[in-house]
Amino acid sequence: MKQFQVICFLVLSLITSVCLPVQGFATEVSTFSDEQNTHIRSLAASCAACHGTFGNSVVNNQNIASRSTESKGANAVLAGMAVTELTEKLLGFRDGSRKATVMHRHAKGLTIDEINQLAAHFSKQQRIDKSPIKSEILKADHE
Amino acid sequence: MNNHFNHQNTHLSGFNRRDFIKATGAIGALLLSHNGFAKATKPPLGRVVVIGGGYAGATAAKYLRLWSLGAIEVVVVEPNTQFVSCPLSNLVLGGSKSINDLTFGYDALKTNHGIKWVHDKVTTIDAEAKKITLSRGELSYDRLIVAPGIDFDFASLPMLASAEAQNQIPHAWKAGWQTVNLRKQLEAMPDGGVFVMNVPKAPYRCPPGPYERVCQVASYLKTNKPKSKIVVLDANAEIISKKGLFSKAWAELYPGIIDYRPDHAISNVEVASKTVSTEFDQFKADVLNVIPPQRAGKIAQIADLTEKDYPWCEVNFLTYESKRVQNVHVIGDSVAAGLPKSAHMATNQAKICANAIVQLLAGQVPDPAPVFANTCYSYVSDKSAMHVANVYRYDEAKKIMVSAEGGGVSLSPSEKEGEYAVAWSQNIWADTLT
Ligand code: HEC
Repeated sequence: MKQFQVICFLVLSLITSVCLPVQGFATEVSTFSDEQNTHIRSLAASCAACHGTFGNSVVNNQNIASRSTESKGANAVLAGMAVTELTEKLLGFRDGSRKATVMHRHAKGLTIDEINQLAAHFSKQQRIDKSPIKSEILKADHE
Repeated sequence: MNNHFNHQNTHLSGFNRRDFIKATGAIGALLLSHNGFAKATKPPLGRVVVIGGGYAGATAAKYLRLWSLGAIEVVVVEPNTQFVSCPLSNLVLGGSKSINDLTFGYDALKTNHGIKWVHDKVTTIDAEAKKITLSRGELSYDRLIVAPGIDFDFASLPMLASAEAQNQIPHAWKAGWQTVNLRKQLEAMPDGGVFVMNVPKAPYRCPPGPYERVCQVASYLKTNKPKSKIVVLDANAEIISKKGLFSKAWAELYPGIIDYRPDHAISNVEVASKTVSTEFDQFKADVLNVIPPQRAGKIAQIADLTEKDYPWCEVNFLTYESKRVQNVHVIGDSVAAGLPKSAHMATNQAKICANAIVQLLAGQVPDPAPVFANTCYSYVSDKSAMHVANVYRYDEAKKIMVSAEGGGVSLSPSEKEGEYAVAWSQNIWADTLT
């Protein structure tokens, strides 16, 4: 399904770039990315280790709607979080006014500009329900 | 269908082959109707081959597909059919996790992102011809990513190089059957026995890992074999990660169990009697765990990606392209850097590299100032964990990644962080493997 969407994108991008030379075609494809700011794209992706791919955490995501906006808790879903909410929370971690086990370490290393852009990035991500990956029995032929 | 992919005998498992033919067919038709596009079978932005399906390689493959919106063909070459997580594998020794909690398949990653997968080993890299040789074929690439993890250097401990020796004295520093073996040996050890382990000279995979291992074994012994002792032979001058926190945890949680010896590099091992020698002393163990010195993965050595003076790979930190070989990128534990060789770090490097390769293949300029966040959690017991966390920014003058202000370690370990570390593992596994 995802593959199909990707192909659709490609076909679309091809149609829109029919008049461009080879080089232009390649450029056209990459601008179809959901995040055109490549600096923020990879910075936001580094949050995925704790908050999930594109901010869709696989844990702690039950009953998020019923939680207060005050705190969605650790490893919260960031996808679709309002810009002002995410900005305020990161700024809170940054100046120490928000309690944290680890987020102050991350927020303090970011610039205000990066915080604003991260907030814009995550607010645009689609909220998708995700669950943890299932583990398997280790096979005999593994190292 | 694809003369670019000259590979006999290997199946493109995971990726739906029919869909791929359909897809390239559709694009090919469009391309052919478009003047100037002769290479209809070549994907629009080219092919990236990734050597290694660990944290670094798997993540790079996924994000290349995502960020190119499928315009880059990605082929991963990995000899194992399963992914076993090194993070949390010390808990198998402590007994609070099983190896089967840390073992995962690659199917979701392959099918979700249309990644081609070759179950094979790479034997050589021909950078001139942009081609790699596998045991059963060949693959050409536009860009190559080398992510083989670590290799053990047995030059100083040749008696441990064989599989039989490692069966007696496992390193358990790549999670898998050796981890299970070491746990079984601990279970079989009599109360009052001595567990001896070492810490190799830095840099090695997972800086806090050996000290976390000490905690896990101590935790098991304290409840199950309280008369037993642990001797830790550290080749380094002191505990090299989270020193204050580990020292405190050992003293408070496991008093009288741990005998820590800094500056004690292992010079000899007598396998049959499980006796280790250092410059100063000899220690006879009931269970012996030797973690050998480390270097960049084998294929990185073979392909001349490692330095003459030290066995790691120098890269450009904007793209992770090798400083020695063009169009070949190195990510993960093989990279020479003052950065911790951690899983989170490997995924970060993978993302910066994937980001840059998408840009490069599209004829655009990569981010000139990458930034990422890194965290390593360590468990001091079955439940309590602590972190070291830093943001790293590219330093234009030094041309390396340097830690930004505000980084540091937990004030103390806590059960809360133990829970967050589990959540970290679940998110990083899903990020890497789905
Ligand atoms: C090592 C894991 C880790 C990483 C990496 C991480 N976070 Fe967090 N995040 C947490 C935890 C844990 C909390 C809960 C607060 C705490 O204890 O520090 C949190 C809380 C948050 C919250 C507040 C959620 C709420 O509603 O209460 C936001 C917003 C957030 N993180 C954003 C980010 C962004 C943006 C990044 C990347 C720059 C990031 N985090 C990277 C672990 C992490």
